[in-house]
Amino acid sequence: MPRPHARAWFDRLFDLFPPAISLFAALAVASILLIALNANVTDAYVALITGAFGTENATAETLVKAIPVLFVGIGICVAFRANVINIGGEGQMIAGAVAGVAVALGFGGQMAPFLVVILSLIAGFIAGALYGGLAGFLKAYFNVNEILSTIMLNQVAVQMMNFLLNGPLLDPTEAGTNHIPKTARILAEIQLPRLTIGWTDGVELFARTRLHYGLLIAVLLAVVMYVLLWHTPLGYRIRAVGFNERASRYAGIPVRRQVVLAMFLAGGCAGLAGVVQVLGLQYRLQTDGSPAGFTANAGFNGIVAALFGGLNPFGAIPASIFFGGLLVGAQNMQRDIGVPASLITAVNGIIVVFAVSSQVFVRRRRQRRLQAESPVTAKLEAVEVAPRKVEA
Amino acid sequence: MIDQILTASVFAAALRLATPYMFASIGEMFGQRSGVLNLGVDGIMLMGAFFAHYVALSTGSAVLGVGAALVVGAVMGLAMAFISVTLKAEQGISGIGVYLFGLGMSELLFQRLVGTPRSVEGFTDIYIPGLSDIQFLGIGEIFFRHNILVYVAFLLVPISAYVISRTPFGLMIRAVGQNPQAADAMGISVARVRYMTVILGSMLAGLAGASLSVALLKVFQQNLTSGLGFIAVALVYFGRWRPVGILIGALLFSFVNALQLQVSAIGLDIPAEFAVMAPYVITIIALVFASRQTEKPDALTKPFERGE
Repeated sequence: MPRPHARAWFDRLFDLFPPAISLFAALAVASILLIALNANVTDAYVALITGAFGTENATAETLVKAIPVLFVGIGICVAFRANVINIGGEGQMIAGAVAGVAVALGFGGQMAPFLVVILSLIAGFIAGALYGGLAGFLKAYFNVNEILSTIMLNQVAVQMMNFLLNGPLLDPTEAGTNHIPKTARILAEIQLPRLTIGWTDGVELFARTRLHYGLLIAVLLAVVMYVLLWHTPLGYRIRAVGFNERASRYAGIPVRRQVVLAMFLAGGCAGLAGVVQVLGLQYRLQTDGSPAGFTANAGFNGIVAALFGGLNPFGAIPASIFFGGLLVGAQNMQRDIGVPASLITAVNGIIVVFAVSSQVFVRRRRQRRLQAESPVTAKLEAVEVAPRKVEA
Repeated sequence: MIDQILTASVFAAALRLATPYMFASIGEMFGQRSGVLNLGVDGIMLMGAFFAHYVALSTGSAVLGVGAALVVGAVMGLAMAFISVTLKAEQGISGIGVYLFGLGMSELLFQRLVGTPRSVEGFTDIYIPGLSDIQFLGIGEIFFRHNILVYVAFLLVPISAYVISRTPFGLMIRAVGQNPQAADAMGISVARVRYMTVILGSMLAGLAGASLSVALLKVFQQNLTSGLGFIAVALVYFGRWRPVGILIGALLFSFVNALQLQVSAIGLDIPAEFAVMAPYVITIIALVFASRQTEKPDALTKPFERGE
């Protein structure tokens, strides 16, 4: 038996295993696909990496794409930690964007710009939270499978947005039969400022790029959610419910309330993704009518980023930058060597599969570890944790 | 106005549009009855739709296209079964992975091999002799002038009901989904039954995709299904894990789809968004009621661990 310290260190290393494994497996599969497509693998990866990080503007675009993915991903961490499978990031994002843009348009110019921005962010959070909370409520009190309800609610949100953007919220200057479904532009004073990073001799990094303050808000949210999950009683209860629902109930934790709360928080994070996309990047709510017309699939990519980041809000930060880079780099790959950017969607799918599959090995290992320390706890674990229960 | 909307052709369209839902949903039902929630249906449908379309385009044979869809469905099903049965991965999330893979892969292949949307000849309508001429209430037009896959989809309802409730194979499926420990003790291989149902279900999902790309729409494009596969999963809950219930749910969705097409065709000014939204809302409400039912397989989404 190794010394306890060495062992703890090794266990920690092992916890990094699933993301690394899934990354390498995904790279391997992607390489096979590239070979099958008759593309030069090295050229493809060079095009991908330079496209994502090659220039100042490329890096900025990568970060811009990472912002909504990160917001959604942070929320997914909270939901999945409570063992609630939230697939509703898309719908919650839309709910947040609609509420946020309504506030920004309604109050813009009538009070201090700073206040309007804050109000708009709060409205976006609450709208997303209520939309997510609805699915949580249905799961907790009516035993409705949250995977199915959130998928259905995604579609409902898309249609609601299409209706609002073709009617009540339509840009007045766009009225007519063949209009683009979009709202009016929000006032310049309530747009989130561009983010630049001061460099040593007066040079500003990311000047003249589209990078905006949404990145800071997202990182701040990651800190808040990390503290909430691991350093507050609320976070402890949420994680306890996700870890072992029955034991939590015996310990007197109101399980149903934690489920609703976890979905509320997750939805709120996704709602912020939506409103920040409006305030920081598009300056209006606009869609092409298709389900991903506004979200660009950030609601799904957030799930991938959260899993890849080990369901830890801090882990989600590099993970979403990685996925932002994939999305931006793939465009470059398509231009340079003609490999369709949809390759990245397929690779994302593979990463998800490997990430969840490799978690199983970590779980088995943890069980063996517990077995060595305390056979009784291990037995409880085996009963409760091994077949992870998803109530339908 | 109402007689302009509720024409025989709308009902006929509703039956046609029900085919992809029924193939995918009945296939999913087999998996769920054995305890596996396959959430990758939409991705498998997309792969099936692409391969059916591509093979039909290059060989000129829609039948070969359907064959290709069945094969690709089986391969994807084997992968899904390996992930959820052998690796015991969380089914809800790994299904999303399979979906994303199918979504990206089908578009990748489409852009590489086809490029721009092209239509195929596909299956033509078969007029059932005698029956298709019935004028009374438009019965001939509604029921007896469809392509072969529509007839197959509707035949699948009694066949699958029979298989599930009256055959040894069906009994094994139900045993494994209801009480895997007992089934295991009886000498049934839980893993083998689940592999078979997931592969069978995925083949039907591939067929559902083919029914879109070589029979209904006769084209392929990016994200052709636009989430239809997810509805198919919900329809299994809606239909309480029974083929007849699934049939009712599929008809509900397809009827609303057909109505919506008709309303926009005759130029009525009703916001189409609410019509599109309605089936989803109804499904959520149905899920609230379905959850109190006891029909749900007890072992659904739970990997089987043999107790030592």
